[in-house]
Amino acid sequence: MLERKLLNCTVALAALHAATVFALPALADEITVVSFGGAYQEAQSKALFQPAAKAMGITVREETYGGIADLRLQVKSGAVTWDVVASGSGSAARAGAEGILEPLDYSVIDVSTFQEGLYQDFCVGGDVFSTVLAWNTKTFGDNGPQSWADFWDVEKFPGKRAYRNSVAGALEPALMADGVPADQVYDVLSTPEGLKRALDKIRELKPHIAVWWSSGAQHAQLMVDGEVDMVTGWNGRFDVAAKNGAAVKYTFNQALLDYDCYAIAKGAPNKDLAMKFLAEISKPEYQADFTNYITYGPTNVKAYELGLIKDDYARLLPSHPDNAAKQLPINLQWYIKNEAEASAAYQDMLTE
Amino acid sequence: MSGIAPSSAPHAALLHRDGVREHWTLFSLSLPALLLVFVMLVVPIGWLFWLSFLSDAGEFSLEHYRRLASQASYARIFRTTFEVSLVTTALCVLLGYPLAYLLAQLPRRIAALCMIAVLLPFWTSVLVRTYAWLVLLQRQGIVNDWGMGLGLWQEPLPLVHNLAGTLIGMTHIMLPYLILPLYGSMRAIDGDYVKAAANLGASPSRAFWAVYLPLSLPGLVAGATIVFILCLGFYITPALLGGGRVILVSMRIATDIELFFNWGAASALGVVLLVLTVALLYLASRLAGFERLMGGAK
Repeated sequence: MLERKLLNCTVALAALHAATVFALPALADEITVVSFGGAYQEAQSKALFQPAAKAMGITVREETYGGIADLRLQVKSGAVTWDVVASGSGSAARAGAEGILEPLDYSVIDVSTFQEGLYQDFCVGGDVFSTVLAWNTKTFGDNGPQSWADFWDVEKFPGKRAYRNSVAGALEPALMADGVPADQVYDVLSTPEGLKRALDKIRELKPHIAVWWSSGAQHAQLMVDGEVDMVTGWNGRFDVAAKNGAAVKYTFNQALLDYDCYAIAKGAPNKDLAMKFLAEISKPEYQADFTNYITYGPTNVKAYELGLIKDDYARLLPSHPDNAAKQLPINLQWYIKNEAEASAAYQDMLTE
Repeated sequence: MSGIAPSSAPHAALLHRDGVREHWTLFSLSLPALLLVFVMLVVPIGWLFWLSFLSDAGEFSLEHYRRLASQASYARIFRTTFEVSLVTTALCVLLGYPLAYLLAQLPRRIAALCMIAVLLPFWTSVLVRTYAWLVLLQRQGIVNDWGMGLGLWQEPLPLVHNLAGTLIGMTHIMLPYLILPLYGSMRAIDGDYVKAAANLGASPSRAFWAVYLPLSLPGLVAGATIVFILCLGFYITPALLGGGRVILVSMRIATDIELFFNWGAASALGVVLLVLTVALLYLASRLAGFERLMGGAK
């Protein structure tokens, strides 16, 4: 008991120390934002972070990180230096459940014009992406496979496939291929039999899966190189690949709708300012501008109505109402509850 | 000679004091290196070790180890890791030994030039070399294009995104680690031994097997050990060339950190790998007289 008290004291002291060291510049209205770097953060910086900073008259310092594991380390050691954290929706949901994020105040952040389900207690959606079925147009022409049933149909569409090497977004297509209607996918997946059914369906396709991809860069490269004929992956990557001359097309039909979001670190040094910052970058005009840099759609539907996104371009974005209607939104509650167990079963299946 | 012989007490004391001082000098000279090793190696490993025994709530727990035991995939991944490392090491020995032997027979100047060819890949990043193999081996890669263009085979061969690709890439990158210590130990072998064997009537192959090979074993064992251990933790090359079908411990560590946000879960994997490796090396040393092979004991 005494030891724990001592420990608490040291942690508190460390936090105090961190507070005095890091809080001083914060008086000058500064917040620190952390994201994943690369082309993605560049788009965020140009369309969201810096314009919002200018509009609010504050300074936004940008850092990059590897993922929620890094944030966890900061929070657990009581030395939080980040205010706003960019994250995938699933990671954010689990981090929120674990208590390393601040709950968001939706009386400050206006989500009234957001697409349903694209914000959560601990994270407000920033952009929408889809896990789609893409195909090699050299192998299948312009009218390639249009559904997950086609993806599994090796008679009608012979060729090599690539599939994800981790469980996120990998089970839903298998069930839809097996005939489960999109709106029942998560109900079925929530039972042990349903999970087994999905895994068995993937086992069935395994001999035709040449590559189990682990990153967006990888599945894009597979299509650029013509290494496989059919692949699952994130739509934005395929658009970039197609722009660079890859023979690739994709369909939003039965795709999985998912989003990236912004959260506030638990114990963030400038929590209130960070909340206002999130309110600012959630406005439709920022989100509309973001699409100019990368083909991920806005979470705020109003962004489509401002006339800032050209209509023919808007039709290419995952969250465009026409496209969103064809897709299955990722169910985060299912992932919070089941991901660890499903992932173990998935890894078992992979190593068989 | 005669001056030393009557070893009187004061002389012995002086010699002793000298010895002690020398020890201290050597110790203080090596202190910075020791400190560096301690801070950069012992502390982080100890910290990982400690983390692997903590639950999410920060209490002592064996949950990470229980998970390793309860899921079939972990055992399979460890098996694959050791198998791939072993085969890669064997391939390196098969390719590297003749090459090092050839280099050791060449005049030193020519050998040095050839050595540059061996070392040149070292100057290129592992990532670049791995991608280069991808370009060479993939379905529409250079090797398949040429092979099919020349009519050697009709369908593209599956050369990458599988075990074959993983082994090709890993062997290529590990080869210099085997050749360097092996070449060094071969250069140190006195050619007169082989000549003496021939003089005593041994055929060239007998002289090689009975004299040269045993003398070169310390270098071979050192090189093979380095390759094997480096292979156990190899990440980039198997991750890119294995196509997700060859899953090694290092890759699972990355997956687990993403999944659990938790260093403890990943640390446990690292600790098990470390323990298994040390145990295996100890066993090998007991079985094969490792120290003697490394030229350690007399």
